[in-house]
Amino acid sequence: MPAFPQAANASTRNTHLRANLRHATHTIRAKRATAVAELDDWSRLRAAGAAIKDRTLRHLDQYLEQLESAVTAAGGQIHWAADADEANRIVTELVRATGEREVVKVKSMATQEIGLNGALATAGITAYETDLAELIVQLGDDLPSHILVPAIHRNRGEIRDIFTEKMSQWGRPAPDGLTDAPADLAEAARLHLREKFLNAKVGISGANFMVAETGTLVVVESEGNGRMCLTLPETLISVVGIEKVVPTFQDLEVFLQLLPRSSTAERMNPYTSTWTGTTDADGPRAFHLVLLDNGRTDTLADTVGRQALRCIRCSACLNVCPVYERAGGHAYGSAYPGPIGAILTPQLRGTQSELDASLPYASSLCGACYEVCPVAIDIPEILVHLRERVVEGGPASVRGTRTVIKPAKGHAAERAAMRAARWALDHPRLLRTGQRLASRTRRFHPRRLPGPGRAWSDTRELPKVPEESFRDWWQRTRGGSGTGSGTEGRKDTT
Amino acid sequence: MRVALFITCVNDTLYPRTGQAVVTLLERLGVEVGFPEAQSCCGQPQFNTGYRHETEPLMRRYATAFRDYEYVVTPSGSCAAMVRDNYPRMGAKAAAEGRGQELANVAAEAVPKTYELTEFLTDVLKVTDVGAYYPHTVTYHPTCHGLRMLKLGDRPRSLLAAVKGLNLVELPGAEECCGFGGTFAVKNAAVSAAMGADKARNITATGAEAVCTLDNSCQLHIGGTLARQGSTVRPVHLAEILASTEGDVW
Repeated sequence: MPAFPQAANASTRNTHLRANLRHATHTIRAKRATAVAELDDWSRLRAAGAAIKDRTLRHLDQYLEQLESAVTAAGGQIHWAADADEANRIVTELVRATGEREVVKVKSMATQEIGLNGALATAGITAYETDLAELIVQLGDDLPSHILVPAIHRNRGEIRDIFTEKMSQWGRPAPDGLTDAPADLAEAARLHLREKFLNAKVGISGANFMVAETGTLVVVESEGNGRMCLTLPETLISVVGIEKVVPTFQDLEVFLQLLPRSSTAERMNPYTSTWTGTTDADGPRAFHLVLLDNGRTDTLADTVGRQALRCIRCSACLNVCPVYERAGGHAYGSAYPGPIGAILTPQLRGTQSELDASLPYASSLCGACYEVCPVAIDIPEILVHLRERVVEGGPASVRGTRTVIKPAKGHAAERAAMRAARWALDHPRLLRTGQRLASRTRRFHPRRLPGPGRAWSDTRELPKVPEESFRDWWQRTRGGSGTGSGTEGRKDTT
Repeated sequence: MRVALFITCVNDTLYPRTGQAVVTLLERLGVEVGFPEAQSCCGQPQFNTGYRHETEPLMRRYATAFRDYEYVVTPSGSCAAMVRDNYPRMGAKAAAEGRGQELANVAAEAVPKTYELTEFLTDVLKVTDVGAYYPHTVTYHPTCHGLRMLKLGDRPRSLLAAVKGLNLVELPGAEECCGFGGTFAVKNAAVSAAMGADKARNITATGAEAVCTLDNSCQLHIGGTLARQGSTVRPVHLAEILASTEGDVW
């Protein structure tokens, strides 16, 4: 994967993509603002959500053990996965044990994160995505580009073409003469998917929440396809990040208000499915819960960065982010795009690759993401914190061990420039000399900058250096005294 | 009341007129202002790029330069937010690294006295009508750090609303970032330019003669983009509008 700036350079020039993204994010952003404004206790709900998550994270070991006991007592089986490979191996073996070669899937970020579909395919098992947008992505041989709306980068016409061309390769073909009307597209997907639901013996899901005290898992969704995957198959395998646990059933009260309003701008999502182990004569006969670490305990060990684990995957930060809107989700090179991806991915995967080291810089630090986050993750704070890790290195937890990591490669010139600038700025007399030199040579300043500055002067005019700095003006008009009065001399400098 | 100007490195070097406007304005309001020459940069470029340790000497310099003053006023939401939000963070991090309380004390000294210009006018001087006259159609771009970190709210608009002759027109998508973001403009040049181009188009579409900001750095980016698009809209800092009077039109 290319680093973020290179990937974004290509996507910003795709005007079609930018129009799709702009339309979708602006629509949902406005709806979210309305849905949130309806609640006069939103700021308190937000604080409560953050507090519950923080408390749970502080005692994560205890709540996970409590969850394990509750799930086991309810007839489920727990599997611990340290990383993506282990999780994929566990799921593959569980599916193999059933003798099945096909599974239906509920939309799940955790399985995207570990690349489960690819791992299953390698083992000869076909995974069918059943969420409408995930289906579009899968049929289009594409990657998701948004947490909530994986096919946000596609418009209706493109979806019609994908359905017409590809559905027959995966099962029931698209109806003849399919139009791009939303109802027709939804009906085509419904017919195609119904066949899968009724034949599948194994379902794979993630979960939005896991309740420690009861061992209950929760999925919130809009379409109802998830509920079919959760209830129809004989075997259900849920892959869930360890940070998704909440202590009590009552805690859901807070999150079931925060999540739908922040993500789909709905007062309540249409389907909330909860399941607890197995039940006689109802639902799956076997239930497996794969608890995924994959960098989460390392993230937890970081006192600043750990707030990212509060994330409830609502995607409100993506929808307000001006960078996401121009660059698109694919530029982030991860299952988690947008502002949350820019802080979560480098924490889960480390900052050593060129792509992961570039992600904390994929932000202008405008703060819109922090403002809308329903669990108050200070994303700009973590971005800057991770930038420090990239350029200065420092203490970090890597696979459970405290270590001191080295700075990422390729920042030597920048570090030298920052040091030199700091040194000059820490010597105001030197700064003044520099300013005077710049003023005196102003006639010779180029209109285009060389080196890294070229990126600036390619698209923006450079400002003219003034004849006199403020510092010199002050000294000239006030005689260099600390204070002074009068404004004589101002007009001379304009 | 001893009031010091923090003119910031960008104001000082590239936009001295903004600093001169602040002096003119505050003196007109009867404030005696000082400019301690030991001041330099708040350290934001270093800090936001990840060079926290390079920022610390500049943070100490800031506190020392303004030690003798009760108030520090700066015409930059971004630099004021750097002091108020990030100095305490740097102090806390230094303490957590076992380096003692010295930097936390530096932050504690600097933070309460630092005011962004519009906060100082409305909260300390308790004035919204500063007697300004600016006979132009103006649109207003609320800069991100003033808007979201300092929570300036209505302050800049109420100051603009009291300016005689000024016709304020709404800017579509006003609260969206212009795309400058310090080193972001260079590190993610394509996205920064795309954000700037959209912002500049929105500004031009308002039909305003000038676009008012609270930060010279946003002005640098917006102004550079407007100029490259061939737009005649003039970027102007709020201080320059407020400094303008019927007898002394800026």
